[in-house]
Amino acid sequence: MNLLEVENVVKQFVGHRALDGVSLTVPENTVYGLLGPNGAGKTTLIRIINCITAPDSGEVRLNGKRLSSADVQHIGYLPEERGLYKKMKVGEQALYLAQLKGMTKSDALKALKYWFEKFEIQAWWFKKVEELSKGMAQKVQFITTILHEPKLLIFDEPFSGFDPVNVDLMKREILNLRDNGATIIFSTHNMESVEELCENISLVNQSRIVLQGNVAEIRASHATNTFRVDSASPFADNGFEIISQQQKNGIVESVIKKQAAQSNNNLLNELMKYSEILSFKELLPSMNDIFIETVKNTKVASSNNE
Amino acid sequence: MSKISLIIKREYSTRVMKKSFIILTFLTPVLFAGMIMVPLWLASIKDSTKKHIVVIDRTNSYHEVLKNNESYSFDFVNKPAEEVRKNNKKNEEFAALLVITDDLSVNSKAATLYSEEQVNLELKSYVVGLLNNFVEEKKLASHNIPNLKKMVEESRADIDITTVKWGENGKDKVGSAELSLAIGMISAFMIYMFIVIYGAQVMSGVVQEKTSRIVEVIISSVKPFELMMGKIIGIAMVGLTQFFLWLVLTLLISAAAGSFIGSDIDLDALQQANTMGMGMQAPPASETQNMVREVYSMLSGFDFVQIVVLFVLYFLGGYLLYASLFAAVGSAVDNETDTQQFSLPLTLPIIFAIYAAIYSAQNPDGPLAFWCSMIPFTSPIVMMVRLPYGVPAWEIMLSISILVLSFIGTTWMAGKIYRTGILMYGKKITWGELWKWLRY
Repeated sequence: MNLLEVENVVKQFVGHRALDGVSLTVPENTVYGLLGPNGAGKTTLIRIINCITAPDSGEVRLNGKRLSSADVQHIGYLPEERGLYKKMKVGEQALYLAQLKGMTKSDALKALKYWFEKFEIQAWWFKKVEELSKGMAQKVQFITTILHEPKLLIFDEPFSGFDPVNVDLMKREILNLRDNGATIIFSTHNMESVEELCENISLVNQSRIVLQGNVAEIRASHATNTFRVDSASPFADNGFEIISQQQKNGIVESVIKKQAAQSNNNLLNELMKYSEILSFKELLPSMNDIFIETVKNTKVASSNNE
Repeated sequence: MSKISLIIKREYSTRVMKKSFIILTFLTPVLFAGMIMVPLWLASIKDSTKKHIVVIDRTNSYHEVLKNNESYSFDFVNKPAEEVRKNNKKNEEFAALLVITDDLSVNSKAATLYSEEQVNLELKSYVVGLLNNFVEEKKLASHNIPNLKKMVEESRADIDITTVKWGENGKDKVGSAELSLAIGMISAFMIYMFIVIYGAQVMSGVVQEKTSRIVEVIISSVKPFELMMGKIIGIAMVGLTQFFLWLVLTLLISAAAGSFIGSDIDLDALQQANTMGMGMQAPPASETQNMVREVYSMLSGFDFVQIVVLFVLYFLGGYLLYASLFAAVGSAVDNETDTQQFSLPLTLPIIFAIYAAIYSAQNPDGPLAFWCSMIPFTSPIVMMVRLPYGVPAWEIMLSISILVLSFIGTTWMAGKIYRTGILMYGKKITWGELWKWLRY
């Protein structure tokens, strides 16, 4: 079941097209990565999903129904450019933002009490936002985003401004939210966290989607047929290529590239002839490598077209 | 609660709770009342102790003239001035020494008042008044014309022109050009002040939301237009609250002060305070009461309900017209210092309006006054000046209709600029850019 479907969305600004026929589907109860270099059109797409701007053509469907502005209370959005009223007290402000999302005052207070206790920040309730550090304000902002238990959560660079301990806390919370039934769109430049959190991704570049699919499948399809093999004694080339080989503490560490047609078992059989195999692991490209490669390729392709 | 009312509530309550708002709201009427009341009160303070004036009268002819009254008593002595001074140096009740060296009808400078401190004006005018009357009568008598005193009394002119404004259904209203001017200018300046102060608050509020980066969080919950209108309406209510509090407080304070002063000082003292300096005698009490009655009847000649109602209407209309444009400017810039370039075209017509109002006051039915009370950018201010002089109903209706249509227009325009502007960061905005947003 797909919670969100974006179909062929086009958005034209004066003098430049921000989105050019973008389609994607976000399955329910998953974390979906929305990736792309700066200025690719991610923020425009997120704003369309939030009903902040309307697409020129194309359609966005939530739960199979065309998205309307009444749906915003089922969406939680943490924008990249985010902040709070500096002069307003933390509790008062969180309550105000929750009510704007359609919560009643008593529901909002109950939920706020729960989250403030969970994050151990009850003491901040009567503080003004300007008295908080950046990381503290981000925590408050995170709470106000998820407070109304939205079905769809959109996080744009959620970890900026957090120390590693709190990044870890946030990651756990995001996965918790998913396990409790929320669907999450996650936009970031931090590819490690994409590998860690996302089931599916779309990579946007120059207003189009240039790469889309399941993270594991994408990585597999970008496989370079290289393996890391630790063995007791060295190998010699035999139908495969040895890229590097070095000996450390009596273990030979080799990086081996096989023929595309050759199966893994076949390669192992060959290797076993030379030595005892201690470990055998395929070297999949990181999302970081895939990101850079794909973005570079689209640049080359588009400059060739011109 | 609907979302826009949440926004209005927040804008309203955060501003009304501010210390600066509370202080300004409660202090201003006190200040105004103080400006009027303190001189009155000071004038009303009378020395309760009776002061002695020692008189050295070398001519021996003024014994009858210098009469004791409740404040002053006169003691006639025949000693050198030095001795009087020495004797009375420690005497607190001794106020002054009056020395008359010659016949005053011959030598008008023959009287001198000596005192350890500056002689107070009240004493001086009292003595001068008594002596003047005496000398005048003496001089008149010296002409030996029967009934001359009476003739002089009768020939005294005391002209005061009463202006009457013809009211509808034939009723006369006592009018006053001065009072009309005062009421008109005060309300025009107040509208001017409200538009400038609260317009600027709208603008800085929008800039703050943009610079604190909260705006995108909020417009993922509400429409940009709702956010803008919520802010504008919330701040308008702050303005109205302030206006009504000022109105009520001013009325309360003047009522309280009126009853306090009314029992404590008689209006004679007030009159004396005004006339003393000129050495004139206070007019009799009955005349003062007449004047007070006259002022009241002039005040009642104005339709205050109409003026207050139209004040509120013009304030709202003018404010809405400008506030939405100020909001648009706030949305287009990145920080408060950049607002100046774009707010200038907004402040210029407001400043022009106040000048037009001042000139319109001199000729409230002239072409400048008429056209400026029709043009929506000046009408809220200029019309206020014209109102106390009486403006035909059709002109008021037309002017308000134009104003309403215009603010709907500017709000629509501002909404378009606003919704694009608030999400734009780090881009230097040009007029051309704004024009594009408008059409976009």
